[in-house]
Amino acid sequence: MLKDITIGQYFPGTSVIHRLDPRMKIVLTIVYVVLLFLVENLAGFVLSVVFVLAAYLIARIPVKMIAKSIKPILPILLFTMLLNLFFVRGTVIWQWGVLEITREGVRLSVLMVIRILCLIAGTSLLTYTTSPMTLTDGIERLLKPLGKVHFPVHELAMMMTIALRFIPTLVEETEKIMAAQKARGADMETGSLIHRAKALVPILIPLFLSAFRRAEELALAMECRCYHGGKGRTRMKQMHLAPRDLWALLLTAAALAAVIVCNIFFGSLYG
Amino acid sequence: MRPLIDIEHVTFSYPQENGQGIEVLHDITLQIPAGEFVAVLGHNGSGKSTIAKHMNAILLPMGGKVYFSGLDTAEEENLLPIRRQIGMVFQNPDNQIVSTIVEEDVAFALENLGIAPEKIRERVDEALRAVDMYHYRLHAPHQLSGGQKQRIAIAGVLAMHPRCIVLDEPTAMLDPKGRQEVMRVLHELHRQYHTTVVLITHFMEEAVQAERVVVMDDGKILLDDTPRAVFVQIDRLKAVGLDVPQVTELAAVLRAAGVNIPAALLTEDECVAALTAALEETDGNHTHA
Ligand SMILES: Nc1ncnc2c1ncn2[C@@H]1O[C@H](COP(=O)(O)OP(=O)(O)OP(=O)(O)O)[C@@H](O)[C@H]1O
Ligand SMILES: [Mg+2]
Repeated sequence: MLKDITIGQYFPGTSVIHRLDPRMKIVLTIVYVVLLFLVENLAGFVLSVVFVLAAYLIARIPVKMIAKSIKPILPILLFTMLLNLFFVRGTVIWQWGVLEITREGVRLSVLMVIRILCLIAGTSLLTYTTSPMTLTDGIERLLKPLGKVHFPVHELAMMMTIALRFIPTLVEETEKIMAAQKARGADMETGSLIHRAKALVPILIPLFLSAFRRAEELALAMECRCYHGGKGRTRMKQMHLAPRDLWALLLTAAALAAVIVCNIFFGSLYG
Repeated sequence: MRPLIDIEHVTFSYPQENGQGIEVLHDITLQIPAGEFVAVLGHNGSGKSTIAKHMNAILLPMGGKVYFSGLDTAEEENLLPIRRQIGMVFQNPDNQIVSTIVEEDVAFALENLGIAPEKIRERVDEALRAVDMYHYRLHAPHQLSGGQKQRIAIAGVLAMHPRCIVLDEPTAMLDPKGRQEVMRVLHELHRQYHTTVVLITHFMEEAVQAERVVVMDDGKILLDDTPRAVFVQIDRLKAVGLDVPQVTELAAVLRAAGVNIPAALLTEDECVAALTAALEETDGNHTHA
């Protein structure tokens, strides 16, 4: 059960998309999100769906993974859909009391759903094809210029790294503590919500105590290994843009341009 | 020549909320020359970890002085020069590994020191090979056994090319196999690179393998000699709550029972040899009679 928790849901692989520079992947994801918000007509929507599906195929990530990443936001999705469905004015095609559905409402809600699906699919692809550690490194290096205005880029990246490092350790520890409490007859799976919340206390307290002890020891070990913040620090792994990164950028930029061209020539579905 | 680690009349107490703390180190003087393999013994709370933390300026003495390779640990600007020459390894391997990838963890100290990337790569690979973990360089730490994790921690300090490694009970949380792996690596380093090793331990079998044994008791140094000279003092060791190696104890019991074997036996091999000799001798006596 706890073992099922994965962070970032990384699918190791060797596809071109996996091997793209993480900085480029982050930038491309942002470009794609911008593209989605520019789309105004059917041609543009077809293009954005084809684009993201093609990326999944190239990365060899099963397309059903999209369904999995959508599950948590399903309520929001439904809510926006209903909102669009019932509150857009236009040609009424169905009516019940004060509730009415218009042709425009149907169209807008379908388009909205497609847009959100593409958004989720596109951003999830980033975490499916990039390990959390690489992603952290990429973010750190992209944000580096912000360090000039005293934004704690290195510190944030370090915190993320340490969190990633310790999640498996703490999960394992939680399981041990739970097993120990169960062996003493603690019941954590039945009873009222309050009862179950109370049963968590004897798990959380030892867990927190141990986390604090670990933090203290880790800080000591880091200090012993000459850690003194991000100043003057170098990195073993350097990131270099390869030709494939530029090709990917070109392709995404072309898609963005195509969407803009479509907007000019085919007009807008939003009237 | 100056010893590598020079601890002179050090006293120390942990600061307490109510002002004055209890003194945990009383006037300690200890010199460790470069290239030595020293084991430090002592019961819980005798001040072993506290003295170790003085060696790389994690703690500063309240009285007295500590010099590492001639550098005063109390001087702020000596901090990094000292810490890059002395590696520390602690008991819990889980709490000293920083990164989610083995090779990146080994690179951590070098990255902190601002070394050029190609140079880091070279030293990381070299350190991983030295502890026989090169194959695991791309693994996540939580996929490794305790002994393997501890070897990664050792590789992490080795990559700095330190002159000295201080290990605070590095094998306490390991199974016998992990303990052996770690000890083998330490002896290998000592032999190949003449790295100075300070090993704090609770295992007498590990202390026996050192060149010198320092026994601490209540913030003082009780004994400081070769393993052989230390472990014959069974009564003194027992009085401060320490064990002696099983063979040494066996030898003492046998001697008390009138068997003619030397008192200072440290390893099983020695014991077997001495017992065989003693048996042959008694056999010889019987045939003569
Ligand atoms: N952070 C601290 N704050 C206050 N007192 C401490 C602290 N760390 C250790 N002490 C006390 O200092 C004394 C020496 O502790 P130290 O950790 O050096 O002993 P040790 O020989 O390493 O013991 P062990 O074998 O348990 O590791 C002990 O009495 C301990 O309670
Ligand atoms: Mg200790």
